[in-house]
Amino acid sequence: MSYRSMHAARTLPVLIAVAFAWLAGPALASLGGDVTSVSDDGVQFHGQVLRTAMLQYDRHDITAASGTVVHEYLSRAGKVFAVTWQGPTPPDLRQLFGSYFEPFRSAAAAQSRPGAHRRLSIVQSDFVVQATGRLRTFQGRAYIPSLIPSGVSIAELQ
Amino acid sequence: MLRCLRWTMLFAAGLALSACGGGGSSSGAGVGTSSSSGVSSSSSSSGASSSSGGAHVFSLSSPNVVALTVGPGTSAFQNIPTTSVTVCIPNTNTCTPIANVLVDTGSVGLRLMASVVGKLALPMQTDPSGNAIEECLPFADGFTWGPVAMADVIMGGEKASNVPINILDDNNSLPSAPTSCNNGTALSNVDNLGANGVLGVGSFAQDCGPGCNIWYYACTASTCTATDEPLNSQVANPVALFVADNNGVILQLPAIPDAGQATDTGFLVFGIGTEANNGLGDATVLTADPNEATITTKFNGQTLSGFLDSGSNGLFFADSIPPCKGFMNADQFYCPPSPLPLTATNQGQNGVTAAAPFTITDITMLSPSNFAIDDIGGPAAVIPSLGPTFDFGLPFFYGRTVFTAIENLPADGTMGPYFAY
Repeated sequence: MSYRSMHAARTLPVLIAVAFAWLAGPALASLGGDVTSVSDDGVQFHGQVLRTAMLQYDRHDITAASGTVVHEYLSRAGKVFAVTWQGPTPPDLRQLFGSYFEPFRSAAAAQSRPGAHRRLSIVQSDFVVQATGRLRTFQGRAYIPSLIPSGVSIAELQ
Repeated sequence: MLRCLRWTMLFAAGLALSACGGGGSSSGAGVGTSSSSGVSSSSSSSGASSSSGGAHVFSLSSPNVVALTVGPGTSAFQNIPTTSVTVCIPNTNTCTPIANVLVDTGSVGLRLMASVVGKLALPMQTDPSGNAIEECLPFADGFTWGPVAMADVIMGGEKASNVPINILDDNNSLPSAPTSCNNGTALSNVDNLGANGVLGVGSFAQDCGPGCNIWYYACTASTCTATDEPLNSQVANPVALFVADNNGVILQLPAIPDAGQATDTGFLVFGIGTEANNGLGDATVLTADPNEATITTKFNGQTLSGFLDSGSNGLFFADSIPPCKGFMNADQFYCPPSPLPLTATNQGQNGVTAAAPFTITDITMLSPSNFAIDDIGGPAAVIPSLGPTFDFGLPFFYGRTVFTAIENLPADGTMGPYFAY
């Protein structure tokens, strides 16, 4: 729970969402989650959520207070199947990855650092993360292959 | 079969990046990469836009020159260039020399493991209320965490006074890293970082920049709150705070054979065009984007954001070269059937171009005892609209003299940021 989110809790609905996040922990975070988890990310990242309807999914864009832009891809089945980010710092991945954070963290720890510290690639059967960055620009993409709507290519998840 | 078993065993032992196969013979004919003569050689193509480092000759007896070494280092990782740094309590002669510090043109700031700083009682930076300032710095694969301290930094005959540096907490001190500081592996320990610290000499004078609202925290003994760190308190590029020779750095590593070499030792030079030894000569200046410190790289018909990055251990770019197989993280390296001579063209914002020839060799053909290798690479993360990149990691630096100029400072006739080679 970040201290900045405490300052953001000015209205009752937001207080409820924040309090619920405190009680429910990472279950409310985004990847693999539903549309309410996207709103929670908006609160936690201190950014408005802008929704763009595409043919087979909705893309929700959040610009965090840091300036980092997060895109969350929500299928018609109501699941966040992919997230991308770009900006001066990575987003809070514990928030963004939700229940996928622990698998992410242990997969990252198991790597033998093949790119030194410039790249991270995790490819598991149903969880893929690509992250890169240096200086003041970081970007990445994570997705759940089994949740991607048919006909949607990885390349369009930007 | 036995070769690949050896690969698997080496990875199980937690070593990064090793190869099957013994023997050191180069498996290709001349492939247009580094020549093999002396420290002042550099690659050049035969095209009109080729660049050559010219006769840049350095000596450790010069005050603005220190050794740059690629070898087993602390952790037996390949392509980790290091130097030694001396840190002192400000305005005193109470100092500690620290070896095996990664020289990184892809980050900014001096960061040292608390365990190697040891008992040197550097003053900790605090905010106006007396809270300790700590920093969570992201890398692509993880983060570092620890307090900001003030130190005098001495390298060769150069000295920077009262430099904000980052102590990396490898003692598991409190407060621990905030939960938002968690984008991967905790790198604040020698085993994960692969060095005793990082000397970030990228093109910025401070790590975060103006209007910084990220990375920094004001901490009590137990709790940290995000804080906006003023520019002059941020962890700084120590070179920018040298009394002289403070507008950039030069990295020069002698050329090595395509099969690699056990170690390679060259020079880290301070200043560009500030002394008799550090002028550009006929190096080609490619000015960089002032926010990203990137240039344009044209490769295979694509236009990419390129950067010269000594803290990266390979050449990383998207391509259809077959990836490796059969060992942990194999798909993060290319394994062409035979060594591939390739060329990219780099272009600065100033419109000037310079060729960048390189070779990609099957990494499993190279001996794991060679810690310096100039012909390995792999795929860049393919996130096209977020800016496809070409990461010219340490392989690019062998056999070249590479200049990195700091933002907003004139460096031998051109304002930084820029790369030159």
